[in-house]
Amino acid sequence: MTYLAKPKLHHPTLAKNAVGYTRRDYEGKISTLCAGCGHDSISAAIVQACWELDIEPHRVAKLSGIGCSSKTPDYFLGNSHGFNSVHGRMPSVLTGANLANRELLYMGVSGDGDSASIGIGQFVHAIRRGVNMVYIVENNGVYGLTKGQFSATADKGSKSKRGIANMDEPLDLIGLSMLLGATYVGRSFSGDKRQLVPLIKGAIEHRGAAFIDVISPCVAFNNHAGSTKSYEYVRQHNEAVNRLDFVESREEITADYAAGEVVDVAQHDGSLIRLRKLAADYDPTDRIKVMNYLQTAAAAGEVVTGLLYIDPKAEDLHHHLNTVDAPLNQLGTRDLCPGAVALERINASLR
Amino acid sequence: MSKLMNSIQAVNDFVVKFANVNGSGSASANELFARSILRMGVPVSPRNIFPSNIQGLPTWYEVRVNETGYQGRRGGVDLMVAMNPQTWDNDLKEIEVGGYLFYDSSKAQPKSRFREDINVIGMPLTEICNTTYSDPRQRQLFKNIIYVGALSALLDIDPAEIEKLFSEQYKGKEALLQSNVKALRLGRDYALQNLSCPLGIRIQRSNNVGNKIFIDGNSAAALGAVYGGASVCAWYPITPSSSLAETFIKYCQKLRVDPATAKNKFAIIQGEDELASIGIAIGAGWNGARSFTATSGPGISLMQEFIGLAHFAEIPVVLIDVQRGGPSTGMPTRTQQSDVTACAYASHGDTKHVLLFPEDPTECFEFTAQAFDLAERLQTPVFVMTDLDIGMNTRLCEPFEWDDTREYDRGKVMSFDDLESGTDFGRYHDVDGDGVSFRTYPGTHPTRGAYFTRGTTKDRYARYSEAGADYVDNMQRLLRKFETAKTLVPKPLLYPAEKPARFGAIFYGSTSPSMVEALHVLAERGIHVNALRVRAFPFQEEINDFVASHPWVFVIEQNRDAQLKNMLVAEAKLNPSRLLSILHYDGTPITARFIVEQISQHAAARTVVPLKRVS
Repeated sequence: MTYLAKPKLHHPTLAKNAVGYTRRDYEGKISTLCAGCGHDSISAAIVQACWELDIEPHRVAKLSGIGCSSKTPDYFLGNSHGFNSVHGRMPSVLTGANLANRELLYMGVSGDGDSASIGIGQFVHAIRRGVNMVYIVENNGVYGLTKGQFSATADKGSKSKRGIANMDEPLDLIGLSMLLGATYVGRSFSGDKRQLVPLIKGAIEHRGAAFIDVISPCVAFNNHAGSTKSYEYVRQHNEAVNRLDFVESREEITADYAAGEVVDVAQHDGSLIRLRKLAADYDPTDRIKVMNYLQTAAAAGEVVTGLLYIDPKAEDLHHHLNTVDAPLNQLGTRDLCPGAVALERINASLR
Repeated sequence: MSKLMNSIQAVNDFVVKFANVNGSGSASANELFARSILRMGVPVSPRNIFPSNIQGLPTWYEVRVNETGYQGRRGGVDLMVAMNPQTWDNDLKEIEVGGYLFYDSSKAQPKSRFREDINVIGMPLTEICNTTYSDPRQRQLFKNIIYVGALSALLDIDPAEIEKLFSEQYKGKEALLQSNVKALRLGRDYALQNLSCPLGIRIQRSNNVGNKIFIDGNSAAALGAVYGGASVCAWYPITPSSSLAETFIKYCQKLRVDPATAKNKFAIIQGEDELASIGIAIGAGWNGARSFTATSGPGISLMQEFIGLAHFAEIPVVLIDVQRGGPSTGMPTRTQQSDVTACAYASHGDTKHVLLFPEDPTECFEFTAQAFDLAERLQTPVFVMTDLDIGMNTRLCEPFEWDDTREYDRGKVMSFDDLESGTDFGRYHDVDGDGVSFRTYPGTHPTRGAYFTRGTTKDRYARYSEAGADYVDNMQRLLRKFETAKTLVPKPLLYPAEKPARFGAIFYGSTSPSMVEALHVLAERGIHVNALRVRAFPFQEEINDFVASHPWVFVIEQNRDAQLKNMLVAEAKLNPSRLLSILHYDGTPITARFIVEQISQHAAARTVVPLKRVS
């Protein structure tokens, strides 16, 4: 059996969201990843975020590269089109798909090998271009599907299951995405759903390149003592700078917060991102300070999590390209073909 | 100037070659020269022979003037305009006996540097420029216009035609117009007063241009992409294809901006490399937009993995390969037909791809537009195989045509209503028996029609499968689809000989103009050859029939390894012993002279001379 279908029977009492779907409608096939894999928690968080945001599943396109993480789009949003492309090249395929139809929500799911090793070039340029997408890296520092080789995000000194230490400098996707001009940058931990779900929701609502690095321990090959991507290590070193409470524009803000605890960031569509501060002086809209903070924390061995940076005024690739409002894939012959009269004028100019 | 007894005498049938230094502004002056002859109703075919360089290296511009309309490169030079001291010796060698040399005589040259069997025409161009202009930049730029002025007198070109071209080019820029006209007249007047005009070779007004247009293949293909409905283009700069994407941008800005909103009905991305470019094109094709990339050999090499994905996941995409000399970086600024097999079987595993071979800019336009229909009908990558010779040289060709009743063929796509009505959707299910399955665009229906696209093996319902039977079923369907492609791609064109012919010849792409000329020359010599121009892969039955009716068939190609011939043997199951390869691959465009010489030799070797009794 090479895939597992899920039974379609739904319990009648399951809660429905505003568009009439139960959470089960956002699920996919049964995962074939290892029991306890962090990636499955991330899939569950994506399901939760889409259900809570009342997104119709078929309005999402989910794209991935190759690897354990890239298999996961089969395990969530079964009513969405999915595209398991080639290793390290999801960003370009997603970019093209986004150009063809700006109305769908594009979710790119990748791994640390897929994005930081083989695919670093495409990661870099998709972020630079400001493609409107949610780009999630399920980061475990290791190649799972080929059984335990280091990836480019493995920390220096971190030990493999066989006890060999990685001596290469790790590639810091968060720091890199900041340099490249990502307009929504977050880091989380697959074991912290309370933090991850709102972070994904904020990314979905953001217009521009939203990047989330999710530390997602590999139970089979990178969850041992000496690894810096194990459950235990991440729990010990996790330093959350804020808690994100996504607030939709229509909803009244009812929660009580102590003065100075909360930052509201208004988005394009009028919706708010509400952040509860955990680090006193952390301002996620000040790009230079954020970069400085992250480097300082990294030097101290902390894994900083939360919504690390947001540019609420971000614009996306379609804005830069000045494309028409209608999706390009819906333009027909009349829209696209200039016709015989125009062609005759061109002929005349070539004589 | 000393007059030779055997000077070449020709009206409207000669070759002029300009030897220049790259970056000296000669290109526009030389093109002006070519266009002025066209305006006199005489066909020309210019060719740029340029280095991979921006400034300083030698560059040539060769103009063949031919009243009959032969557009191939002829070979040999009748008039050399030698403006580059670096290449002087070799340039002189190329001149035909009795031909002409035009050079800048400002600096005296020893007699030993000239040839005695050619006519030498010196004009002190630098000296004239230095006395007339003080600005060094003007001295350089107007030198080119001054020599065009002199050539107009030497070759009897009507200066009014050149001045008219200036007024079109510098519309609204009066100062530029006047200074160019002044330089032109300066050169012309000097020649009329000091040189014996016209030469033995000259232009005579004619009426052989008709309503033909003058355009390069890259521009024509770009326009074909606009007319074919491409809305997404992703590309990476590479010679000789860069101007294709750049012209696509230009045409889109002119023809595809919504007048009401000033917004673009197109999206063009200059990718970070060729991998990203094809990836973007594939993503757009998957999502229902017509998309393409333009590249050359090294780009094709980089795109291999993605091409396999588009083939196996069945995603429409168009690739325009403007071929150059390979392998590796090869000859970036020279022409070849050497990517044929690399494209036909691109990517690992068992793959075959649809190729189209346009012969000139007109077909670049038509085939590129058609490629988008084919790609969507067949849900597969389609390659338009042009080359540097077609792509980057301005060619006189038939005007573009478009039928306004033509609708794009979007292929088999299930709509919301199809899905809603309960029609069974199996993404890789061959419901019609033609190997082509229905697809859906993402976002079509809330609960039906979604599927997972992948490069891995799958069953008919797009479910991941490692079962051998599912794999074989899918691979057999892909073969059926390739058979369907045969019925859709352009058929080969027959060029019948006027008399019964023992020999056949198969050719394709940019070989066309030289081949047509060669067929005429051969016929005059009594060697009659039927020719067939292959315009696409997969090959159709017509090719088998053609080969079957000739004892010997020449296959003319511009590569070393007889790539098309080998494919004909492998795919059309032709008998290789009857196929005789004629191969030209030094990077210059194949000439009629070369084809005539090669075919004549083969013909002589295969002409049976009756045995004579020896007494």
